[in-house]
Amino acid sequence: MMSNHIKLMQGNEACVEGAIAAGMRFFAGYPITPSTEIAEISAQRLPRVGGKFIQMEDEIGSMAAVIGASLTGLKAMTATSGPGFSLKQENIGYAAIAEVPCVIINVQRGGPSTGLPTSPAQGDIMQAKWGTHGDHPVIALSPSSVRETFDLTIKAFNYAEKYRVPVIMLMDEVIGHMREKVEIPNREDLEVIDRKKPTSGLVDYKPYRIEDGELVPPMAEYGGEYRFHVTGLVHDETGFPSNTPKVAESLIKRLIKKIDDNKKDIFLYEEYKLEDAEIALISFGSTARSAKSAVDMARAEGIKVGLFRPITIWPFLDTEIEQLAKKVNKIITVEMNLGQYAIEVERKACKYAHVDKYGKLNGELITPDEILKKIKEV
Amino acid sequence: MSSRLINEYLREDKLPHIWCPGCSHGITMRAIVKAIDNLNIEKNNICIVSGIGCSSRAPGYMDFNTLHTTHGRALAFATGIKMANPKLKVIVITGDGDCAAIGGNHLIHAARRNIDITTIVFNNNIYGMTGGQYSPTTPQGERGTTAPFGNIDKNFNLCNLVKAAGATYTGRSTAYHVNMITKLVEEGIKNKGFSFIETLSICPTYYGRKNKKGNVVDMMNYLKNNSINVKAAEKLSDEQLKDKIIVGELYKTQEPEYTEEYKKIIESFQKER
Ligand SMILES: Cc1ncc(C[n+]2csc(CCOP(=O)(O)OP(=O)(O)O)c2C)c(N)n1
Ligand code: SF4
Repeated sequence: MMSNHIKLMQGNEACVEGAIAAGMRFFAGYPITPSTEIAEISAQRLPRVGGKFIQMEDEIGSMAAVIGASLTGLKAMTATSGPGFSLKQENIGYAAIAEVPCVIINVQRGGPSTGLPTSPAQGDIMQAKWGTHGDHPVIALSPSSVRETFDLTIKAFNYAEKYRVPVIMLMDEVIGHMREKVEIPNREDLEVIDRKKPTSGLVDYKPYRIEDGELVPPMAEYGGEYRFHVTGLVHDETGFPSNTPKVAESLIKRLIKKIDDNKKDIFLYEEYKLEDAEIALISFGSTARSAKSAVDMARAEGIKVGLFRPITIWPFLDTEIEQLAKKVNKIITVEMNLGQYAIEVERKACKYAHVDKYGKLNGELITPDEILKKIKEV
Repeated sequence: MSSRLINEYLREDKLPHIWCPGCSHGITMRAIVKAIDNLNIEKNNICIVSGIGCSSRAPGYMDFNTLHTTHGRALAFATGIKMANPKLKVIVITGDGDCAAIGGNHLIHAARRNIDITTIVFNNNIYGMTGGQYSPTTPQGERGTTAPFGNIDKNFNLCNLVKAAGATYTGRSTAYHVNMITKLVEEGIKNKGFSFIETLSICPTYYGRKNKKGNVVDMMNYLKNNSINVKAAEKLSDEQLKDKIIVGELYKTQEPEYTEEYKKIIESFQKER
């Protein structure tokens, strides 16, 4: 169906195309700017590939429906922004503890509350990690172009399926609405991962049993040959609730460990002109585009600057940032907030390099000129 | 008979259950299992979904595909399941707080879509699990730990609510009228659309104690003596029906079902190709 063709498309559209290429067959959502096109295009596209779309009564319900659909074996996604992301948090926690694969797109806009509905922001960095209560695993990715949105949406599904976690795509208004030429790869060239199914016998089947050397249990589906119980309570390998401290600790620790131990596979980032850099900019999403221009402008003036662009936001790129800090003298984080990612960078880098931050949250993009000015200041 | 139902449909290793002595949730659970048995539905084709509450613990004991979700959200999870796999018979078990307070929005919208889900609310007029606070079905004037001076909120008539929202089947029974619960659940499952069965239940621990309703037998007798069948009720005036519990099949109609309508959209594209 998908031929190698070039198409002019919006980030939000690329997200849906990527999702469908990854095998998304269920979408539940509730309209909210600037993510609405993702729901609209999903409504158009899904029935054409035998998939299902539903507009739920709110974001809480959308997140719930996505988890329900995923439990029947379908790859499922939802998309939202700001206030809607807040509403999804309770059931994101459910997906984390019950280990239900799903993808949540958050096209970030200015907050808090209704905030700046049509303006870009990157203010949900910490919410993506800590938005739902309790210690829990999460993966968050942030694309910087339309084409990357396509690729990362596929990766988001792959990680969700492989690690049985909710995966959050932190887009922003600029990436969502920007139009760029995208060369859509051939289906055969895409890596698509599906969840591992159980192979154990029906009699002693335990839905959360971990095979030797593994951290992620295989997953059956409702309506298949296995019958099982799923709960948001702390549970043992049978899937039934347990209050014992031993079970609680081993469950939560495994949930965290399955991501921590696989950081190598999950860590995505791009380095630009860092080889001889004395100053490193750290920036992601649409802001990284300005940062890249600022690097070129600074280099033209003889200042040795480079860009480190995190693509994986969570888990935090700890080892990579530490390496970077050892290489350069100064780090400047650039993000459309007052320094959320900067907190993490400081934590890892402060021993080796001076960390400065540049942030903005008035709804305006950060321009290359502003970044250049900041570079000259430090 | 009853031991056969237990063997076949309950997860015996999960028993005894967590409910208090005299709680009627177990009676209702058994009546539902009986309905499934009567309809002879393959266990793997059933998915039972619940929210949070004493009542919502029932699916944990029932040997089907079961999903214990977040407070109030059972119907939204169930909607995703039914949409994704319409072959599954989806049954929701919920409490009055779970479905009518925090989950009220999902309840009216599931009814409006007429999606083929059978919802059974264990209505004990109180929040049991959190220790006896008033719920949207606590009658006016009655007490809960958060209504120490008597509840001033008006209470919902749940069957009327879901009927107005678009449900195609509604029925009401009580924990005393066990066979009627079974009958209504059977009919609800058979109905192709959103079915809603309210079972008036007893929570002796909180509702009974807070409101001086006597012991479990007194509470059961209340359900027995104050219920009137819908057929008999038709002949009585509103005045005569005041404080009566109208039981039986209350409403039944036929409307297009949600997942079948969506299937038509998918099929229209398959024909196109
Ligand atoms: C979001 C959220 N809010 C509150 C609670 C606390 N809570 C648990 S059960 C419950 C009420 C249950 O009452 P009901 O649904 O009537 O069921 P019952 O226990 O009476 O059977 C509440 C408020 C919760 N678990 N989650
Ligand atoms: S508190 Fe009430 S509803 Fe809960 S188990 Fe006890 S009697 Fe039943």
